[in-house]
Amino acid sequence: MAAVPSVNEESPPSRPKRPVPDGLWVKCDSCNATVFGKKVEENLGLCPECSHHFYVSAQARIEQLLDEDSFEEWFGELCPVDPLGFTDKKPYAQRLIEEQKRTGMRDACIVGKGHMRGRPLVFGLTDSTFIMGSMGSVVGEKLTRAIEEATRLRMPLVIVSGSGGGARMHEGIFSLMQMGKVSAALGRYHDAGGLYISVLTNPTMGGVAASFASLGDIMIAEPKAMIGFAGPRVVKATVKQNLPDGFQTSEFLLEHGFVDMIVARPELRAEIARLIDYCQMK
Amino acid sequence: MLRRPTRYGSFWFWLCGVMSLLTPLPFERPIHDLERQLEALEAQPNPTETTQDAIRKMRVEIQRLKRDVYENLNPWEMVQVARHEARPKALDYIELVCDEFVELRGDRAFGDDRAILTGFARIDGKKVLLVAQQKGRNLEERLKHNYGMAHPEGYRKALSKMALAAKYGLPIVCLIDTAGAYPGIGAEERGQAYQIAFNLREMSRINTPIVCVVIGEGGSGGALGIGIGDHVAMLQFSYYSVISPEGCAGILWKHPKHADKAAHALRFTSKDLLGFGIIDEIIQEPLGGAHRDHRKMATTLKASILTAIKNLSAMPPGKLLDHRYNKFRKIGRFEERPIEAG
Repeated sequence: MAAVPSVNEESPPSRPKRPVPDGLWVKCDSCNATVFGKKVEENLGLCPECSHHFYVSAQARIEQLLDEDSFEEWFGELCPVDPLGFTDKKPYAQRLIEEQKRTGMRDACIVGKGHMRGRPLVFGLTDSTFIMGSMGSVVGEKLTRAIEEATRLRMPLVIVSGSGGGARMHEGIFSLMQMGKVSAALGRYHDAGGLYISVLTNPTMGGVAASFASLGDIMIAEPKAMIGFAGPRVVKATVKQNLPDGFQTSEFLLEHGFVDMIVARPELRAEIARLIDYCQMK
Repeated sequence: MLRRPTRYGSFWFWLCGVMSLLTPLPFERPIHDLERQLEALEAQPNPTETTQDAIRKMRVEIQRLKRDVYENLNPWEMVQVARHEARPKALDYIELVCDEFVELRGDRAFGDDRAILTGFARIDGKKVLLVAQQKGRNLEERLKHNYGMAHPEGYRKALSKMALAAKYGLPIVCLIDTAGAYPGIGAEERGQAYQIAFNLREMSRINTPIVCVVIGEGGSGGALGIGIGDHVAMLQFSYYSVISPEGCAGILWKHPKHADKAAHALRFTSKDLLGFGIIDEIIQEPLGGAHRDHRKMATTLKASILTAIKNLSAMPPGKLLDHRYNKFRKIGRFEERPIEAG
């Protein structure tokens, strides 16, 4: 058997679900302050004490970034299936139904058309709350269709990634191949002279980071997001040493030359609009 | 500089690696035992009629047993065959399949990753560019080639040599054999995710035929990073997966010891992938696996590569990239259900 690096220790008990600031009071992961949920929401999901970027839902993200009522969702009819008959501790088919009930989404991705400060664009996002925002067939297909539409319509493309899970294991090889499919579509879009702005949010890992999320003409990251190829536990188990401070954060990527800028959430919309103005398609 | 092997994984996996050098895989033991008995019989200087009879019978029995065992391998056993120490590695195929190999090294940016070898080669006189993930067989080789787990510079090197091939109209042959792209600190610092992503995008646009063959392990993004081709094949007992069975078990079953369960669930054997329409061809291995007959395996592989190149070269120019795009474009399983009102 090959010496495969693996996470050998028992995994820690699964963490409580991401602190979505919808309760009355929420505790900030970063400064430990207990802050008023409503206040966080009004603040675009930022901690009023330390500006820690909380998770924001797909819906909230669309409202924050796009002009009011400008978003028109595309390909919402796509639904995930269970191509492998995959069962771990529970069947994937059942997991999908539970996740759909819990999140109100059909899968981890939403795409469509909208306006950002009056500029028309094709918009997509992955939401890390749905099976870690991982990419299976539906995520891959929606993004590919959106990219093809952007190519056809000659419109700028913005994709906001939030995927801790990378390629979705439960759909096996189909998920892996979505990486190739979406990247190939981006290749054609690139050839056609399209502008793709990729926004990396916490977390963007694995097969999502190793495909569309890294291929922006312009790369933007939200502050202190986890971004990387291999999960930190796997890296740690492989190299058998402590990981440097700030390893795989937005700031780490900026330092090593893989993002153009780190932009705090309140400035994202203005910054993207400004960038689009510089990169008009010929 | 000899580094402790445990740096590359847990002691357990290292131990398994060493043990498998010394002992046959568990499900091969009956074959192995009979082979030892046969050897003993054959070693007799003046075999009697009865002994000769026994030898003949035993040979037939061994064949039968091999067929029996290897036709009924479960996915986890197949993983062990794909990782078998004695299984031919890329360098073995370079030796047995190619008339010559002119290695081209370095990525022009950081270094020369020995986990991926690139260079010009002639196969039956046909000029190609070869990109091959090399694992190594013994400890020394494995360290040298980093267990076939490439860093970003390996993927960058592969892509730059592919561009060279396209410039001179050479077909590209990629031999895939990796547990995955290397998950280390330097790899992350130098943009493992970006480089793989970039390879996926650029390989879809390289205008020359690309033939990819998974010869052992097709480990996730590390395999796909040199895996976007016009013709994708797998050796019969190789596997090609979104995640290693250990990695999957660690996440979903909370411990890598459940790797066998994950191996079943992931449906990553060559037969599965052909059925799913992901790959174009299964290349049959010699009876009892490629590790039993390197030469025979190499001959079959060579024929398969040459046929694929010939077919792709016959494709009208301008059609190749559309064909490659559509090949990946159509992959995916989903339903389209209207959104309920309200």
